[in-house]
Amino acid sequence: MIYKLPKDIKFSTFYKKLNLLSLLLIFISILIIIFKGLNLGVDFKGGTLIEVRIENDNININQLRQSLLQMDLGDIKVKKFGQEKDYLVKIEKTDTSNTNFIKTINKQLVSDLGSNINFRRVENVGPKVSEELLRDGLLAISLSLAAMLFYIWIRFEWQFSLGAILAIIHDVIITVGIFSYLSYEVNLSIVAAVLTIVGYSMNDTVVIFDRIRENLKKYTKSHISEISNISTNQTLSRTLITSVTTLLALLSIYILGGEILKGFSFAMIVGVIIGTYSSIFVATPVLNYTKVTSKTVLKEDKDLN
Amino acid sequence: MLYFSKIKVSIIYTIIIILTAYSFLNLIDENKNFLVNKKINLGLDLQGGSYLLLEVDSSPVIKQKLQQKLIDIRKYLKTNSFKYQNIKIEDQSIKFLLQKDQIESFQNFFVSKENFSNTYYDQFKSFEMDFFIEENLVNISFSKFGLIEIKSLTLTQSLEIVRRRIDEIGTKDPTIIKRGNERILIELPGLADPNRIKKLLGKTANLTFRLVSENENTFGSEILSFDNSDEKLSISKRVIISGDNLLNATASVDSRTNEAIVNFTFDRVGAKKFARATTGNIGRRIAIVLDGNIISAPSIRESIIGGKGQISGNFTFQSATDLSLLLRSGALPAPLLIVEERTVGPDLGEDSIKAGAISLLIGFFLVIIYMFYKYRQLGVIANLALIINLLLLCGILTVLEATLTLPGIAGIILTVGMAVDANVLIFERIKEELKVEKSIIHAFDSGYKNAQSAVLDANITTLISAIILFFLGSGPVKGFAVTLGIGILTTLFSAYFFARHLSSIYAMTKKDKNISL
Repeated sequence: MIYKLPKDIKFSTFYKKLNLLSLLLIFISILIIIFKGLNLGVDFKGGTLIEVRIENDNININQLRQSLLQMDLGDIKVKKFGQEKDYLVKIEKTDTSNTNFIKTINKQLVSDLGSNINFRRVENVGPKVSEELLRDGLLAISLSLAAMLFYIWIRFEWQFSLGAILAIIHDVIITVGIFSYLSYEVNLSIVAAVLTIVGYSMNDTVVIFDRIRENLKKYTKSHISEISNISTNQTLSRTLITSVTTLLALLSIYILGGEILKGFSFAMIVGVIIGTYSSIFVATPVLNYTKVTSKTVLKEDKDLN
Repeated sequence: MLYFSKIKVSIIYTIIIILTAYSFLNLIDENKNFLVNKKINLGLDLQGGSYLLLEVDSSPVIKQKLQQKLIDIRKYLKTNSFKYQNIKIEDQSIKFLLQKDQIESFQNFFVSKENFSNTYYDQFKSFEMDFFIEENLVNISFSKFGLIEIKSLTLTQSLEIVRRRIDEIGTKDPTIIKRGNERILIELPGLADPNRIKKLLGKTANLTFRLVSENENTFGSEILSFDNSDEKLSISKRVIISGDNLLNATASVDSRTNEAIVNFTFDRVGAKKFARATTGNIGRRIAIVLDGNIISAPSIRESIIGGKGQISGNFTFQSATDLSLLLRSGALPAPLLIVEERTVGPDLGEDSIKAGAISLLIGFFLVIIYMFYKYRQLGVIANLALIINLLLLCGILTVLEATLTLPGIAGIILTVGMAVDANVLIFERIKEELKVEKSIIHAFDSGYKNAQSAVLDANITTLISAIILFFLGSGPVKGFAVTLGIGILTTLFSAYFFARHLSSIYAMTKKDKNISL
């Protein structure tokens, strides 16, 4: 079955409605982020994370939680992690002065539950380091936004920069909002995902912009809404094919790549979908609103001469 | 765009062949490989192991140095008959009162570059100490650069001791490096339980031999407790001899008592001091104090002249071994705090490799099938480019001996998904050109030409993200940035050189036929 997309979709007729929808989604996302907050992982909040495998099948999550609660470790979160016997334990407290901290927990669990307990992974981040990691993460995201803005600014006119940046901000806020809504953990790999989303969304936008610029030079008499429709249609098949191949790869990580990469690949999947949408329905409309004409891009050529 | 000179073609394929050969190095057993010994390293999250970040707490060192400065300054003031009063350390600075008419001469002395206790750093254009005067109160404290010097010296010394301790334990391929100006990063591949190392690094191992005071409240003594019990003793603050004078320490089992003990040997100076102290104090108890805890406090039965002795103190063989190791490697100048620890067990690492490999394989096949479905013959070109792309990526990672992490594998898979984009952009463009262009060769040619700016723009944006992530990300995430970044470069190479060459051959063979894509 090979279906053909209609080649002349009037994208510009949807701009207003979809932009309102985007604004609404951004607004809701910000509200959720403010009121619900983010579920920061130990990377950013400090604390101890232990991936536990309990060899004895008869022990359930409540027994594990009970045993941990008796140890006076502050706030504790226990959840299932992938396979049947695997659990993820998050402990608020971290004791850097006591080098026996982890070992004591292990011993206590073994004696309480009477089973072999395997700590498959331990992450222990002190408050100072977690603060630095958070700062570096935010710095990385802001820097990449700035770098993208700069890149677009030298390659295109300011109207294009504005469109691209609004699209990226749109993608990042909604992705983070979804993470907040679902209470998914935000850790270092999520920052990596967000940065990649920024790159991807930009990538998608730039391809359409490139074509718009080309068409503006070719059809000097046409209105920008017409040009953006033509350009979006011309690049649509590429936009979709690339999204599909990227999503295929990401789905493969999400389903088969193990628990550790779940959050990362989920963020990427959401980001790629939103990023694809935003390059067509957020970045491009900005060119309409800022009334870009063929003069805008031809001026650029004149400047160069 | 479609013309390739012979030289160009041979360069392209030489690069491909060399890097492909490098990527296959990873499949050869390390020991059987005599030619080039390069491999992609597995990150700690894949092979299992421990990552520790230690922070050096240099405040005790600063305090101690300030104390020394106070002694130096007091000595100078005395010998040059300054009239000073109330010299003391307060808020990390030395303070004293000086007669008004003497202030200037002290000031002149203190900022002269020949001053013994206030070093001038030419490279910083600054003194070691800052000082300011309020009325006749003199304030002296370490300058910004003085503190930096102390911290960096402390860090260097600590790093050396940490290295010795870890080398003594004999873990395989440890990485021990400075991080910033007060941290040490340690990576211990293959180590599933870092507890012993954490314990060994948690001790400064400050060993002193001090006499036990006869009565509880003698001046200049302090109450210390035993390491393994609640018993307390009053110990003189005067240090007879310290761990600095140790030449060697080994663990053994006492043949008479069957107890684990630590044998030690002093150097010549130490042996002399020890002999003098034991001769003069026969019958008294001497305490062996480690980091403020008494390990044992035996009575001196006879003078010990040879500089050899042993410590027994309810050791297990393990703890005796560890103590002797600590004594051999020397004391840390300052306490170390573990501020970050990440440990992955070997079985989880194996699971992660498996999961990563499977998802890479499946993702790869899905993309290949999809591309073939979409583009048929050109899809084959894109898919060949994708395979070459992966081989190049592995080859470059091997040449760089880069570290592959789990997020790094994710980066490769993502590269697979995004790498085809370059070819998709080009093929879509060729399709459009074919609508207006009669000649296939021209259509291909202008397709490549017109897609170029979009391909470059699209990849540079992702490259920017990868570079920022590389510099600001830490640990495994850095591995992601590396594979993603290199993946973009290999993508551009495989699309613009390899796939373009294949396309040109394809266009030539089909030039007389009508094709539709």
